[in-house]
Amino acid sequence: MKKLLIGNEAVARGAWEAGCTVATAYPGTPSTEITEMISKYDDIYSEWSPNEKVSLEVAIGASIAGARSICSMKHVGLNVAADPLFTASYTGVNGGLVVVVADDPGMHSSQNEQDSRNYAKASKVPMLEPSDSQEAKDYVKEAFALSEVFDTPVLVRLTTRVAHSLTIVELGEKEEYKLKDYVKDVNKYVMMPAMARKRHVIVEQRQEALKGFAEATALNQITWGDRKIGVITSGITYQYVKEALGDVSVLKLGLVYPMPDELIKEFAAGVETLYVIEELEPFIQEHVMTLGIKVTGKEFFSLLGELNVQVIKEKILGEKFEATEQGEPIPVRPPVMCPGCPHRGMFYVLKKLRLIVSGDIGCYTLGALAPTEAMDACVCMGASIGMAHGMDKARGEDFSKKTVAILGDSTFIHSGITGLIDVVYNKGASTVIILDNSITGMTGHQHNPSTGFTIKGEPTKMVDFVKLAEAVGVERVVVCDPFDIVEFEKILKEELASNEPSVIITQRPCALLKTVTPGAIRYIDQEKCTLCKACLRIGCPSIVYKGDSIVINKDLCFGCDLCSKMCKFGAIKRMGE
Amino acid sequence: MSNLNVMMVGVGGQGTLLASRVLGNVALRNDFDVKVSEVHGMSQRGGSVVTYVKMGEKVYSPLIEKHEADVIMAFETLEALRWADFLKTGGTMLVNDQRIDPMPVITGAAKYPEGIIEKLMFHDSEIVSVDALEIAKKCGSIKAVNVVLIGMMAARTQIPKVQWLAALKEIVPTKVLDLNLKAFEEGYIL
Repeated sequence: MKKLLIGNEAVARGAWEAGCTVATAYPGTPSTEITEMISKYDDIYSEWSPNEKVSLEVAIGASIAGARSICSMKHVGLNVAADPLFTASYTGVNGGLVVVVADDPGMHSSQNEQDSRNYAKASKVPMLEPSDSQEAKDYVKEAFALSEVFDTPVLVRLTTRVAHSLTIVELGEKEEYKLKDYVKDVNKYVMMPAMARKRHVIVEQRQEALKGFAEATALNQITWGDRKIGVITSGITYQYVKEALGDVSVLKLGLVYPMPDELIKEFAAGVETLYVIEELEPFIQEHVMTLGIKVTGKEFFSLLGELNVQVIKEKILGEKFEATEQGEPIPVRPPVMCPGCPHRGMFYVLKKLRLIVSGDIGCYTLGALAPTEAMDACVCMGASIGMAHGMDKARGEDFSKKTVAILGDSTFIHSGITGLIDVVYNKGASTVIILDNSITGMTGHQHNPSTGFTIKGEPTKMVDFVKLAEAVGVERVVVCDPFDIVEFEKILKEELASNEPSVIITQRPCALLKTVTPGAIRYIDQEKCTLCKACLRIGCPSIVYKGDSIVINKDLCFGCDLCSKMCKFGAIKRMGE
Repeated sequence: MSNLNVMMVGVGGQGTLLASRVLGNVALRNDFDVKVSEVHGMSQRGGSVVTYVKMGEKVYSPLIEKHEADVIMAFETLEALRWADFLKTGGTMLVNDQRIDPMPVITGAAKYPEGIIEKLMFHDSEIVSVDALEIAKKCGSIKAVNVVLIGMMAARTQIPKVQWLAALKEIVPTKVLDLNLKAFEEGYIL
C-alpha cells in the first residue's frame, strides 16, 4: 500500500517494520514527530526521556538487553547525547541500535546549524542519509541490519526538508524479530581502560570492514548520464541536483560515513568536471580531496543555510535569475507568543523592571523580540541558570540583584536542574523563574516528567518543582500566577533582593492546551481609550494599533484579560459589557 | 498531466498543514508523484508560513522556486504580497481577504501596506480575493478558511470533484467533517 508520509513518520514506520521494540527521544524540531508517531504503535515501548543523554542511554540499555531500539533527536540534542554515543561505538550492540539525528540547515527552529555528519566521523559510527520518505523508511531498516552485522550503533541523518516533507512510501510488512539472548560480557559492555583498549582495536577493524561494505552497498549508487559534469551528493541535495541538472552523472551517497574511496575514484575518472554539492560543511568534498582528486563545491556553494534548485542551476549551469525588483518594504512577520500565552505577563514585568534576563530554549525565547525584548542571552537547553550564576560570580551582588534566569518546565527538567544544584552548592544567589505551563510547548505539546502523563497519555507520577527545589537546598521557593502581574512583580522584587538562591514557579497552562477554555473576548471602548498605548506593551498579536485608534481583533483574542490589567482608564471590556 | 505546483502561504496556526495534506491525498488518488513540504516548529507560532505541494509524473525537489507556482493559496493578504513573486505568469492566486497585523505593525515599527489586492493584479494572472473567513464562519467555524480556499482551487483544476470530496473525508476529522464539506462547496462555486 502506498501512503504519503513525512520523513519522520517514515522513520517511525521503518522502525516498526524492522521489529524495533524500544523507542526513546527528547522532543526537538525537526525530529519530534518520529517518536510521536512511534508512540501510536502498541507493540513498541516509547518514551519521552528527560533529555537526549538519558534517551540514548535507555536505548543502549535496551540494545544490550537484546532488543532493537531507536533513539531520535535534533542536531543539538546529539551534543547532549554525545557522551554515551562515543562509548557505545566501543561497546557495540546486541539488538540493533539506531540513532536518528535531524539537522536544521537554515535554522528554521534552531539555535545553530551544526552538521551532524562530523559526529559520525568523530565517533566512528556509520551514518546513512535518506533523500525522501521512502528512503527514510528503507534506510532505518537497513540501519538496524547493519547495526547487528557490524556490531555498532548506526546513525541516520535527516535534514528539515526530508524530515518534514510528505512523499510517497510503499508500506511493508513487520519483521518478526526475536530478542537476542542476553549474555553477560564485561569485556564488551564494561568500558574501563583495560577493556576499552581492546574494544578500540575492534572499532578500528570495524572501520575497515565498513569501508569495504561502502564500496559494495546499493546505498551508494552511480547514475551515469552526461559525463561532462559529475556530481557527488547525498540527502535532500540529491533531489535538488536531479531537478536542477537533469541528465548529469551523479554519485549518490546513501552511506555518508564511511565513504567508498574506490567508487569515488571510479566516478571521478568517468567525468570531465567533478563537483560535490552538499549543504553546510564540506564533509564529502574534503574527503574526496584527501584522495587526491580534483573537485570543487564549496568554492561555489555557501557554508550557510539551505541549498535549492535555483542556486545549483546558477552556479553549475551559469543560468541567471533576475532579482525581483523591490517595491515598498514588506513588513516581516516573526513568530510571536500566542494570544493568551501565560509567558506574556511575566515578560511585561521583566521589561518593566529592566532586568538582565538569562534566557533558555522554548516558546519563551520569543520574549527576546519586540515589544518585550526581555532577554539578554540564550545559548542552549538548560543554560539559563548556569549563565545567571556565572554573571553573578563575575560581577557580584549588585549585578546579581538585577539578573534572573528563566526557563520552561521541560527545559528545567532537561538540564536546568543541574544548574540549580550548582547555584546552591557554590553559594550563589541567583533568582530562577520556572515557567510552568504544564507542557513542552514549542515542539508542539509533548508531555514531560512534570505534566503527570506519559507519551501515550497514561497518568504517571509528576515532578513536584517545589519539593525538588527545596530538596537541592533552595530555601526560597514561591509559586505564583504569571497573569497576576502585581503579585508577580512584588514577589520578583523580594526574591531579587534576597542574598540567597530563589526559585519562582509561575504556574499557568499553555493557552493552546485543549483543557484550557478561552475567556470572554475583549474589546476597547473607544470613548474611554486615551491612546496611551499601555496595552501595546504586552505584545499581544490581537491588539492592533491603527494610527488613530487601538482595536482588539476578535478573531484572535483569547480572552485572557491581561490587557485590561494594563489599562488605567477602564477602556478594555468584555464583549457584551 | 504536466506538473502542478501549489503554494499555501499564511500565518502560523491558520491551517495550512491540513490544506496541504488534502492536496497530497488528491494527488495520491490520481497516481501522481507528489511531495509536500511542511513547516513545523518555531514559525508555527504566528510567524509567516509557507507550504509547497508539487505533483506530476515525477517530483524531485519538494520546494517551489520563484516564478514556479501555478497556484498560490494565500490565507492572509500581507502573506499574499510577500510570496507573490513565486507565482508563474498566467498563474492563479486565491486570496483570503483577511488582515492579520504582524508584530512590527502592531508596535508601529512598520506599516501594513495599503491596497494589497490592487497591487497583486499584475499581468496575466488570475487574482481572486474573497472573504473566506466570513464564509467559514457561516459554515460553522473560522478554522474552515483553509477548506473554502481548497474548494476554490478544486474548481480550477481538471481533477474531478468527487476525488476532492473523498480526500476531505479521509483527512478532515469526523466531528468537523460536515461543516468542512459545506465550506468546500461554498468555495467551489466562487
